[in-house]
Amino acid sequence: MLRRRKLAETLFKTVGICSLALGIGTLVLLFGALIVEGAGRIDWQFLTSFPSRRATQAGILPALVGSSLIMLVTAVVGIPLGVAAAIYLEEYARRTWMTELIEVTVTNLAGVPSIIFGLLALGFFVYILGLGASILTAGLTLALLILPVVIVTTREAIRAIPVQIREAAFALGATKWQTVSDHVLPYSAAGILTGIILALSRAIGETAPIVTIGALTFIAFLPPAPFAMEPPFISFEWLMSPFTVMPIQMFAWVSRPGEDFAGNAAAAGLLLVCMTLGMNGLAIYVRYRMRKRIAW
Amino acid sequence: MNKSLAAVREVIRISEPVIAEATVRRRTQHRREQVIESGLFLAAMMSVAATVAILTVLLWESLGFFQAVSLTDFLTDTLWTPLFDDAHYGILPLLAGTMVTSLVGLLVAIPVGTVSAIYLSEFASSRLRELIKPVLELLGAVPTVVYGYFALLVVTPALQKLWPDLPGFNMLGPGIVIGIMILPLVISLSEDAMRAVPMVLREGSYATGATRLQTAWRVVVPAATSGLVAAHVLGVSRAVGETMVVAIAAGQNPNLTWNPMEPAATITAYIVQVALGDLPHGSIGYQSIFAAGFVLAAMTFTFNMLGHVMRKRFREVY
Repeated sequence: MLRRRKLAETLFKTVGICSLALGIGTLVLLFGALIVEGAGRIDWQFLTSFPSRRATQAGILPALVGSSLIMLVTAVVGIPLGVAAAIYLEEYARRTWMTELIEVTVTNLAGVPSIIFGLLALGFFVYILGLGASILTAGLTLALLILPVVIVTTREAIRAIPVQIREAAFALGATKWQTVSDHVLPYSAAGILTGIILALSRAIGETAPIVTIGALTFIAFLPPAPFAMEPPFISFEWLMSPFTVMPIQMFAWVSRPGEDFAGNAAAAGLLLVCMTLGMNGLAIYVRYRMRKRIAW
Repeated sequence: MNKSLAAVREVIRISEPVIAEATVRRRTQHRREQVIESGLFLAAMMSVAATVAILTVLLWESLGFFQAVSLTDFLTDTLWTPLFDDAHYGILPLLAGTMVTSLVGLLVAIPVGTVSAIYLSEFASSRLRELIKPVLELLGAVPTVVYGYFALLVVTPALQKLWPDLPGFNMLGPGIVIGIMILPLVISLSEDAMRAVPMVLREGSYATGATRLQTAWRVVVPAATSGLVAAHVLGVSRAVGETMVVAIAAGQNPNLTWNPMEPAATITAYIVQVALGDLPHGSIGYQSIFAAGFVLAAMTFTFNMLGHVMRKRFREVY
């Protein structure tokens, strides 16, 4: 009897380790497949060429530039909005139905499939506001998409600051905003940073909403440069430019028949995975360091 | 007497401008505080605005769609061919595709997710747990388009070795990949639920001579049921809305079938397919993706609400 129970216990432990290994094994397999198929394709030419009908001459330069510019717009719009919303909810909001409503919509937005954000952008940004399938539209869409992530992680970081810190500041006559900007925000900066990195790493891999707004899959030019030689030196024309991004470039290559393009797709995928995993690794590291250092 | 009165007058005379200045400063400071608070409030209202905008856009374009297509056709027709000359607008084939891929995913995620979570919460050492959790997080961070590549060019060829007549596009491969994709979410939510079960219950069980496994299965899992179900429901919601995996690997033809070995388009795959083409704004084809999106949003909304209600419940029990 006892022996049977012990056997069952060992058996379950084995099954448990196996099922955990399935997840981790998939990650390894996925990485391995991308490296085997794609690592050979990544070279200087691949990084600096435009897409081409011939797989071996094709590159991902426009996608790299597009992804970077869109991340810039997303970060500039999404991060301040998200952090500000989190500050309001944690430090200012009173328990009213309005606060309740905001919290419910944040939770709800976090669960909305990303393609629905794409439909919103298509109907609202592209046609009602008339922004077209531009870098600005894509950046705004992804900013909305990461809003719940930024809000939730920032709130957690702010909540971890002990209430005594705030009371000490108030006791010295600081106003609410002074308390927040001089004490709460600096102390929770590492936690907020973690959330921002995670949010951006999610945005950089998003494909569905950007496909939905009508991004091009084949693009052979770069957006206009943000800097000009003659005054006013800075131009925002690039915001309205058509674009492509790395995940869409990969999608376009996956959808094309033929071994060669599969290799390109793997190479793009490898770059993409390295970027997102790198960003996530960084976030995990920041969080780990933070947990070690803090002793209130 | 007179002298001290004069002194008091003098003090008041000197301090008056100082006090006045302080009052002015406090007033401007107060105003600044109010402006900041309003700004923060507006930022917080963005999520309400986004939700309202999503609902409005989906409803508005769907209304246009339903002026041309009757609701009965939409719900009962077995063909979905909005882009053909002989147009049919039955959502059933897309719905079936979505459900089959999600069900396959769930068949992977339920056993693997539950067992993994039990192992992590009840058996694993804290060092192993600290090691595994970040890895699972990384698994959840891989872009979905990469999972699509994986489903089409790694999983499906592997399955074809088992069943040689499996077509290149099918629902089985992407379904399995979706199951693996939602694992991190399911495992971490399930583990939270089991962690919330008080230690006292476990100790009581050990005291009666139960083994760890018996305690896990007969005490912890039943006590955490609603949290476990919530974890899987939220996982399903993610699976239903998953786009790139199915758009890449499950084919793009609406196909009313329950057989996962066949290719079929899902709601999300259809939206992608239309968006890649060049449909004129305001046409029925353009409106059809919003109608399909509305169905999708309604489904995920239901699952999310269900999941959150159940999660709240397990928190309140103890």
